[in-house]
Amino acid sequence: MLPVLGMLFDGVAYGMLLFLMSVGLSVTLGMMNFVNLAHCSFAMLGGYVTVTLMNDAGWPFFATLPIAFVAVAAASVVLERVFFRRFYHAGELPQCLLTIGIVFVSIAAAAYIYGTDQQPVQLPDYLQGSLHLMGLDFAVYRLVLIAIALAITVLLVVTVEATRFGAKVRAAVNNQRMARGLGIDVDTLFAVTFALGSGLAGLGGALAIAMLGLDPSFALTYLIYVLIVVAVGGLGSIAGSFAAAMLLGVVDMAGKYYIPAFGSILIYVVMLAMIMARPAGLFGRR
Amino acid sequence: MTTQTISGPHAVLQAQARWRTAEIAFWLATLLPFVLAPDYLVLASQVAIAALFVLSLDLILGFSGIISLGHAAYFGVGAYTAGLISVHGWGEPLSGLVIAGTASGILGYVTSFIIARFRHLALIMITLGLGLLLQEAANAASWLTGGFDGLQGIHTWPLFGRIDFDLYGYTAYSYALAVLFVVFVAARRIIHSPFGLALRGIRENGARMPAIGAPTHSHIRTIYTIAAVIAGLAGALLSQTTATVSLEALGFQRSADVLVMLILGGAGRLYGGLIGAVVYMVARDQFSGLNPQFWYFWIGLLLIGVVMFLPNGILGGLAFAAERLKSAARKRPPVSAP
Amino acid sequence: MSATAARMTALSTRGVNKRFGSLVVAADVEIDLPAGVRYALIGPNGAGKTTLINLMTGMLRPDAGHILLGDDDITALPPQARVRRGLVRTYQINSLFPYLSALESVTLAVCERRGVARTWWRPLTAYRDEVDEAYGILGTLNLAAVCHRPTRELAYGQQRLLEIALALAARPKVLLLDEPAAGVPRDESNDLFAAIAGLSRDITVLFIEHDMELVFRFASRVIVMVGGGVLTEGTPAEIAADERVRAVYLGERQRVGAR
Repeated sequence: MLPVLGMLFDGVAYGMLLFLMSVGLSVTLGMMNFVNLAHCSFAMLGGYVTVTLMNDAGWPFFATLPIAFVAVAAASVVLERVFFRRFYHAGELPQCLLTIGIVFVSIAAAAYIYGTDQQPVQLPDYLQGSLHLMGLDFAVYRLVLIAIALAITVLLVVTVEATRFGAKVRAAVNNQRMARGLGIDVDTLFAVTFALGSGLAGLGGALAIAMLGLDPSFALTYLIYVLIVVAVGGLGSIAGSFAAAMLLGVVDMAGKYYIPAFGSILIYVVMLAMIMARPAGLFGRR
Repeated sequence: MTTQTISGPHAVLQAQARWRTAEIAFWLATLLPFVLAPDYLVLASQVAIAALFVLSLDLILGFSGIISLGHAAYFGVGAYTAGLISVHGWGEPLSGLVIAGTASGILGYVTSFIIARFRHLALIMITLGLGLLLQEAANAASWLTGGFDGLQGIHTWPLFGRIDFDLYGYTAYSYALAVLFVVFVAARRIIHSPFGLALRGIRENGARMPAIGAPTHSHIRTIYTIAAVIAGLAGALLSQTTATVSLEALGFQRSADVLVMLILGGAGRLYGGLIGAVVYMVARDQFSGLNPQFWYFWIGLLLIGVVMFLPNGILGGLAFAAERLKSAARKRPPVSAP
Repeated sequence: MSATAARMTALSTRGVNKRFGSLVVAADVEIDLPAGVRYALIGPNGAGKTTLINLMTGMLRPDAGHILLGDDDITALPPQARVRRGLVRTYQINSLFPYLSALESVTLAVCERRGVARTWWRPLTAYRDEVDEAYGILGTLNLAAVCHRPTRELAYGQQRLLEIALALAARPKVLLLDEPAAGVPRDESNDLFAAIAGLSRDITVLFIEHDMELVFRFASRVIVMVGGGVLTEGTPAEIAADERVRAVYLGERQRVGAR
């Protein structure tokens, strides 16, 4: 297989994961301006839910995914009710500190329960191996990953663009005060959106294990990537997040393929350049 | 202080800037470890270095309202600069300190042009990104920095050519404390200068500053550069007194630690950060048997607790309690606004 | 001195245009403010009055057109540079420094004007002149007695006065007041405008105000804006007699009168 195509394929699969893990943060940030640095802890939680169900309860891989989604969504609602909502008007510093605190606690809890090792996960046989198409090899799992992520993206776009719920979300992201003025219950709307976004992160975390691995540092390592996606994609923009995640996935993968020593530097340079050139993101309005 | 007297404008301002008894007592107390806890002087020197680093963050975050999640970058550059010149044959501590402060100051000045342009989320991202970028760069440049293993072979010459750095930390603590004190006096002077007032203006209402004719960006660049120099001095002290530098000096964890110390003690109060550093470092020493993973569990809980219940830190909480006590003692009717 | 000043133009706009998307907020605005005059800027909500102040002071950049301070084109200057040249504004909603005292706030503005706010090696207490000047400004606005209180503890009307004090500390040649009496009870707003009327005649004043009684009492000339453009301008008597002004303004005026 041509190295370039292989790199692109891996980059796209990676980008899909990043998209799932970051789209929720993008929308909630756009709506409430709440800087949730614990978003990747939700993704990590999803990963551990899947690992536990598979390894300890013997569940099949696919059956664990909805549970990862629901469990993380539920956990996020609890956190939102208990902690986050007191800080919506507190400015970004307390928000940062609160959520960094949650990140630290989540990392320590994961290390306490599961240890600091990478979690082993045994994918079912039909997800292993690769598919030979048009003279190229495609890893089956990554194909499935891309398919799932694409399906969710379509579902998201349809929800946001074509449903009543989506219209409210768009209104709230656009102008929260005006949305309130129109009688939209922004707080409840936000709680629901927050749960959905966190659930998606949990799903992303569950899907990520087989490709990125899972250990307690996940919550911090991929937080950076998620923040890059949000910053580059622009707050509250699904299309922007998608484009930014693809870009980041491919650039990061290209860096690792071609200049392994400077791969991670490349990412930060690209990110800083993007933020400075367009502080509002690729498709930003503000 | 019984009634709101109509006094001239100067007395109150002078009273604000005057050294208080509690301040003098605080600095005298920093000498106590020499007498009371000579076995803990190494720890005391670590506390002094951490306090210096917190002081640097307080100047930009506490006094000017500039958030940074990557302040370790300047600490790390100072630490590596001091380490590198020592490895390459120049171990004189004071000149090393100056060179390291200059290096981090240059980095601070260059990056301040970026910092001054942004606020809010973009600033959080940029400071985080700059910090990580520098750490990755130091990792990649392992021929220079020793990479993951850290810099080997740092040797610090005796202070003033005659006072050796002893194993008990006697010299280390004296040295670090002296630097801390000198920098603190300078920082205190900055805070009470017209420039310090302008910084508070930026913190209180940055958007309003241009409307009173203030060159906000230029002010931010100045204080950011000063803070970078101080962070670099702290980093240099660390590598000189411990004879080691590792990538950890540049890491996110260190940026987060210093933030925790400042928030814990109380930002924007000069002494808040110092007290935060003492509490944090002593606690970490007490729990040093604890796996670092679990240490951060408690730090996480602490952060959550502080932002929920003690938003102005220990000093802010104490000031609030003192205010309550005073007003309860006075039992005067509340002044009704016209 | 004042005779020559009166003939000069203190501030003017030349063909200033600004739009937000498809919304035109400034349409070919041409205004000349002669030095020393007290101008009122009136118009219904959304007429573009505050936007015009934002354009004049550099908080917004016009899409087209020029802004002249005296004879100098200041269109390209950032806000703080305009302030240093004497073009100063206040805000409709209090925009102050909550934890600074009134004296500190005004001293800061004085220090910025005198260019000493960059010095970080001398204590503030060494700048007695600056502090005295700030104290003097606060005194003229009856704020001396509360000058050591944190701004957030001041009464609302006192905060409105502090807005003006901050502007005066910049030694304005042209002062743009965006609804200086917004939210202030009628009896206090009279005092506030009396303070404005008592300002030196070297200062050219443009103020936005909804209360027609105040406008007619304190303005020597009135500009009427509608839909981002200047409808007309004239003496209060001329404006009061203008049918077009009545047509666009009457409904609004009744609504405002109910405040």
